Amino acid sequence: MSTSQKVDQISGVLPRKPWVNKSQSFRNNAKPVVAAFLGATILVLLTGLAGALGFYLAFVLSFVVASFVQGMRHDKVKGIDKMMTALVVAGFAMAFIPWASILFTVFQRGASAIYFGYFTHDMSYTAADDELGMGGLSHALVGSMLILLLASVIAIPFGIVTALYITEVKGKLSGLVRVIVQSMSGVPSIVAGLFIYSVIVANFSFSGLAGALALAILMLPTVARTSEEVLKLVPDDLRTSSYALGASQMATTFRIVLPTARSGLVTASMLGLARVAGETAPLILTAYYSAVYSLKITGQPLASLPMYIFQNFSTGTDTALTRAWGGAAVLLSFIFIIFIFARLAGKGARK
Amino acid sequence: MSIATVDKPTVDGPPRRVITNLRNASDKRFRAVVTAGAMFAFVVLGLIAGFLLFRGFEVFKEFGFGFLTSSTWDSGTGESLEGASFGVAAMLVGSVIIAVMAMVFALPFVIATSLFLEYYIGKKLRAVLVSILDLMAAIPSIIYGLWGYLVLMPHAAGWASTINKYLGWIPIFDVEVENFDASPFVSALVLGLMIIPIASSVTREVYSRAPQDQISAAYALGGSRWGALKAVVLPFGRSGLIGGMLLGLGRALGETVAVLLTLNLVFKVKFQVLASAGGNVASLIASRFGEAGPSEIKALMAAGLVLFTLTLLVNFGASIIVSRSAKGMQ
Repeated sequence: MSTSQKVDQISGVLPRKPWVNKSQSFRNNAKPVVAAFLGATILVLLTGLAGALGFYLAFVLSFVVASFVQGMRHDKVKGIDKMMTALVVAGFAMAFIPWASILFTVFQRGASAIYFGYFTHDMSYTAADDELGMGGLSHALVGSMLILLLASVIAIPFGIVTALYITEVKGKLSGLVRVIVQSMSGVPSIVAGLFIYSVIVANFSFSGLAGALALAILMLPTVARTSEEVLKLVPDDLRTSSYALGASQMATTFRIVLPTARSGLVTASMLGLARVAGETAPLILTAYYSAVYSLKITGQPLASLPMYIFQNFSTGTDTALTRAWGGAAVLLSFIFIIFIFARLAGKGARK
Repeated sequence: MSIATVDKPTVDGPPRRVITNLRNASDKRFRAVVTAGAMFAFVVLGLIAGFLLFRGFEVFKEFGFGFLTSSTWDSGTGESLEGASFGVAAMLVGSVIIAVMAMVFALPFVIATSLFLEYYIGKKLRAVLVSILDLMAAIPSIIYGLWGYLVLMPHAAGWASTINKYLGWIPIFDVEVENFDASPFVSALVLGLMIIPIASSVTREVYSRAPQDQISAAYALGGSRWGALKAVVLPFGRSGLIGGMLLGLGRALGETVAVLLTLNLVFKVKFQVLASAGGNVASLIASRFGEAGPSEIKALMAAGLVLFTLTLLVNFGASIIVSRSAKGMQ
């Protein structure tokens, strides 16, 4: 234990964190904002900046200047500090604007594609540029779920076993395995697709199984790394107590370590799933696309949500693009639901 | 009075229990199974490299180093490599240009986001915003591509034409034809956006571990918040930032669909980033794959191997830098 921690425990005084905002007077914070609004309006009127984005840019510029001026009335240090604060806040806000735009556009444009039958029809009797009240994406939704289920069946056990090797077995190759998993997480998705194509598709045919194998390759490192983090959180006291009672390592792992980490492992699996649910590139080369509802995972192409979006985008007509947005809305909701489940499971772990 | 000897019992008791640290048979089996399972990652990575090399070997043998330096893509008869001519130079250069531009776009936002989340807001708001950031990292690339093409591109083409108007005298901002759609610039904007959440989660993590006593010391010396950040947090987190950005670079180099949707692929080495023409290895594979004959498939495998090697090197560098910065903190 370091000395500083000891001192804290004895005196009971925690270090202060002066960067945490105190309740400053509202007026002081509001002044540069008001000034920036005025400045932005003038800038927009004087220069060629146009539209909401132009106004925002002008607003940021004048906000930074106004903050600087407000601080300079105090001294130079304060001036620079205020200016950097304005820059950091503006930078963060600027990064969030495109994301807000993505979410907004996906659900706004996607909404016009979605109707009651959207989840129960497939595209076998409907062309991509037929009018919107026809056809649906049941085939893609079911295909996606099948492919993801298969990928999970392969990737989750191997991912958890890999993590067990690093945290429980602690074999000689632990360090190397960790590096390999790290490198694997950097494998471009298209390369995983090419690999499965050359091994399986080239010898047999496009199939959902091939797609699942490609996604499993991409899913494994996420599951392994997150599981490793989770297993490390299991207190060593539990393991030692178990050994002291005469339990073998296998019994300790299956009866103590894994049950303790269960909800964390669920989170790890969910995160892996969310990571690959939207992968398109490997599916172009492996599962490909079919317009027909099917549960067959071998011998024929299988549809999936990302490929549904891709196909409709490639068609390119207005209705097809709306269908692509509809697919995007469904896919995004799907991923968000997986994510929320992962969070809920993670919360359970902390209790 | 006799003294009882403790260590030598005179009565025969049960035999002493032998204490060893040898493992029993079931544990040995268990450890063997887990070890074998962990080797799966090895096997897969090895197989990927092996198969791509095996399938692309003929191409490397036929064109040698020229595969990396030429940029013609002609499948000839389509059946054999005779008469065909393949080279990924334009694609490779394009990939690097787009990825580097994406890094340049993302860098200020990564720093701002990481600093903002760690040092400008309270715990509760941070937890919420970090979840949102994680969620953004999970948005599929095809949705980024869709948005990039249909929503961002009209704006971005306008920005590109403004840059071209005022900075056109710089060679890279020059264009031959006034068409700014589907340029490397647009793709790089989309990729930059995709990198921000990935890189900032790593960077934020490292920034948060900056030594508390030094930050307090900076304040005690009369420094402002920015003074403390500049003197302590930024130097401390530099390697974390580099590692995070390299991870993002690896992702950007290997990204397929977002680029495929927003870039006009042209088989010519080009440095004019605003023009509607560029190259990208991953998108090349996805776009040519559909109508490729046997010989072109081999060439695409070889291109895949080049991409695989490139991203592996970048990611390897990133993980070394990140782990080194983590060690320095202990």
